[in-house]
Amino acid sequence: MSEIVLLGINHKTAPVEIRECIAFSQDDSVRALQTLHRNPLIDEVVLFSTCNRVEVLLVSKNKSQAISETKQFIADFNKIPIEQFEKALYIHVNDEAVRHVFRVASSLDSMVVGEPQILGQVKEAYRTATTLKTSGVILNRLLHRTFFVAKRIRSETGIGDRAVSISYAAVQLGKKIFGTLEEKKVLLIGAGEMAELAVEHLIRNKVGNILVANRTFANAVELAKQFNGKAIRFEEIGDCLTFADIIISSTGATDFIITREDVKRVIRSRRTRPIFFIDIAVPRDIDPEVNWLTNTYVYDIDDLKGVIDENIEDRQREAIKGERIVDEAVIRFREWYDGLDVVPTIIALRKKMETILEAEIKKTFQNNKMIEPEANALQKMTDSIINKVLHDPTVFLKKNGMRDHTTLYIDIVRKLFKLDE
Amino acid sequence: MESLNALTPFLYMLSSAGYLTYLFLQKSYLQRIGYVLLFAGFMCHTAIIVSGFVESGHVPVGNLRQTLCMAAWAVAGVFLLIQYRFNIKILGIYAAPFIALMMLIAAQLPDEPSQTQTIFKSFWLISHVVVIFIGEAAFALACGIGLFYLLQENALKTKRHRFFFRRLPSLDLLDSVGYVCIVVGFTMLTLGLITGFVYAKSIWGRFWSWDPKEVWSGITWLFYAALLHERLTVGWRGRRSAIMAIIGFGVLLFTFLGVNLFLEGHHKDFTKL
Repeated sequence: MSEIVLLGINHKTAPVEIRECIAFSQDDSVRALQTLHRNPLIDEVVLFSTCNRVEVLLVSKNKSQAISETKQFIADFNKIPIEQFEKALYIHVNDEAVRHVFRVASSLDSMVVGEPQILGQVKEAYRTATTLKTSGVILNRLLHRTFFVAKRIRSETGIGDRAVSISYAAVQLGKKIFGTLEEKKVLLIGAGEMAELAVEHLIRNKVGNILVANRTFANAVELAKQFNGKAIRFEEIGDCLTFADIIISSTGATDFIITREDVKRVIRSRRTRPIFFIDIAVPRDIDPEVNWLTNTYVYDIDDLKGVIDENIEDRQREAIKGERIVDEAVIRFREWYDGLDVVPTIIALRKKMETILEAEIKKTFQNNKMIEPEANALQKMTDSIINKVLHDPTVFLKKNGMRDHTTLYIDIVRKLFKLDE
Repeated sequence: MESLNALTPFLYMLSSAGYLTYLFLQKSYLQRIGYVLLFAGFMCHTAIIVSGFVESGHVPVGNLRQTLCMAAWAVAGVFLLIQYRFNIKILGIYAAPFIALMMLIAAQLPDEPSQTQTIFKSFWLISHVVVIFIGEAAFALACGIGLFYLLQENALKTKRHRFFFRRLPSLDLLDSVGYVCIVVGFTMLTLGLITGFVYAKSIWGRFWSWDPKEVWSGITWLFYAALLHERLTVGWRGRRSAIMAIIGFGVLLFTFLGVNLFLEGHHKDFTKL
C-alpha cells in the first residue's frame, strides 16, 4: 500500500542560513521534480519552496527507502552535506503529512498566522507538478482537499481578518473613521519605508489627491512623482491641514511639527470634518494632545503596534478554530484514502448493487405477496447476478503486473460508481 | 385578534434575540433572521392598528397602552426603512429590543377603551398623530445611532479596540445615518406641529393656547432646529451631533410622556392609564 510522506524544513526548525542553501527556484523545482519522479520508489511528488519553507510531498510504497533517497537527493542537488540540514528536517507520514499540508496551506503554520500568500504559493507549486505530471491520483486529491480546507478556514474563521502590519492597520483604522477612503486627501510629511508603504496601501483604496511635504523640496518633488501626487513646501503644511483628511508623518524632526494650536485653528474652516493623523516618526511629529480635539484622531507608532498586537492575539484565537477544521478534514481524507484499495472498493461496489437490487425487488413485488420458495429463488438469482457482474472487475483490479496503475483504476471505479458519497 | 396581540410582541422578542446573538456571534444570517422576524412582527402590528382603527373609527391612541403600541409600531416601521436603505446592521441591536420592550410595557397596562369623542375624528387629527409618531420614531433611532457613535468614537480616541469597535460600522456611516434620522424626524415634527395647529384652530378657534404640551413641543422643535442649523452652518457633526441627538431625545421623551404625567394639558387622554 502506498504511503504519503512529507519531508521539510521551515522557519521554526531551520535558521535562514540553512533555508537559503536548500531553497529551490522555479527552474530548480522543475529539474528536482523530474529527477525525483524518475526514481522508481517515488510514485508521485510535489515540491514547494518559499523563503520560509521547503517541503517535499511524495507517495511511495517503500517509505524508508524513499525518505533516505530524497534526503540524499536534497543534499546532492544543493551540494551540501546531509548532516548540515538533517537535524532541521521533519518527516511526517500519512495522517501527519496530510495534516501538515493542510496547516501550511491554511497559513496555520506560517510565521505570521493567517498571511494570505502561502496558499497562492502552494497552488503555484501544484501547478508546476501537474504540468510535469509528477502528481497522481493521491496527491491530486490531497491538494484539491488542501485548497478546499484553506478556503474554508479563511472564510469560516477570522484568521486573516485583522491587520498585522503597521501600514495595513493604519488603512483599516482610516476605514473605521471615514467609512470609505475614496477621494480622501492625503498629506505625507517626510519619507520612510513604512510611511510610503502606508501611502501605497491608501492609493490601492482609491484615495484622492496626494500631497508630499519635505524639508528638502527636491525630495518632496521626487516622492510626489512616485505617487502621482503634488509636492508642497514645508511651510505650507499649516494651510494644507484645512483640506487634508489623512496625514502621515515620518520625519526626523526633534520637535512637534504639528501642534494642537495648528489643528485647532483649522477645525472651523474644515467644518469639523474628521481628520486622521498617522504619526510613524520617533520622536513623534504630532502633538498627542491633538487627539483630544473634536473629530480628530492621532495614532502614533506605539498605538499602531498596540493594534497589531491585539490583532495577532486575535488571529491566534481564530487559528484554534482552524485547527479543528483541519482535524476534521484529515479524518475525511483518511476515509477516502482507506477506500483507495482493491478490497474496500469491491465491497463498496457490491454493497451498491445489493441496495439497488433490493430496492427494485421491493418495488416490483410491492402489492403481490410472495411465497417463501419463490422469494428464496429470487434471492439466489440476484446474488449470482452480482457475483457474475463483479467477477471480471475484481479479477482486473487484483491482477498483478499493473502495480503502478492500481490507484488510478480504483479511483476511476470509485468515481464511475460514485462510491465516495 | 387576540392571537395577533400575542404574536406581535413575541415576534419582536424573537427578533431581539436574533439581533443579540448576532452581536456576539457576528454571523450575518442571524442579522437577516432578526430583520425578517421584525418585519413579520411589523406586519402583524399593522394589522392590529388597522383593525383598531376600523373598529373605533379613530387612531387608536386613547390610552397609554395604545399610545405605546403605536409608538412601537412607528419605530419598527422607520427602522425597517432605514435598515433597508442604509444596511446599518448594528442598528437592530438597539431598535429590536427597544420595540419589544415598549410592547411588553404596553401589554402590562390596562386597556380601557376611551369614550369616542367627536374631536378625534378629523383628517387633521389623524395626520397629526401619524406624522408626529413617525417623527418621534426617527428621533428615537437617531438617539440610538448617537449612542453607537459615542461608543465607537471613544474606542478610536482611547485606542481600545475591543468588543464594540469591531462590531460597529465606521463613524462616517453612523454620523450620516444619524443625520438622515434627524432630518426625517425634524420634517415630520414640523408637519406634525402644523397639522396640530390647524386642528387646534378648527376645534378651539386658535392656533396656540400655551398648553404645556404645546410649549414643550415648541422647545423640542427649537432644539432640533438648532442642531440642524449648527450642522448646516458651522458643520457640527460627529460627537456634538451625537450628543445633541441623545439629549434631544430626552427632551422629546419628556414632551411625549413627562408633560402628561407631571403637568396637565389637552393631550391627557393620550397617557390615560
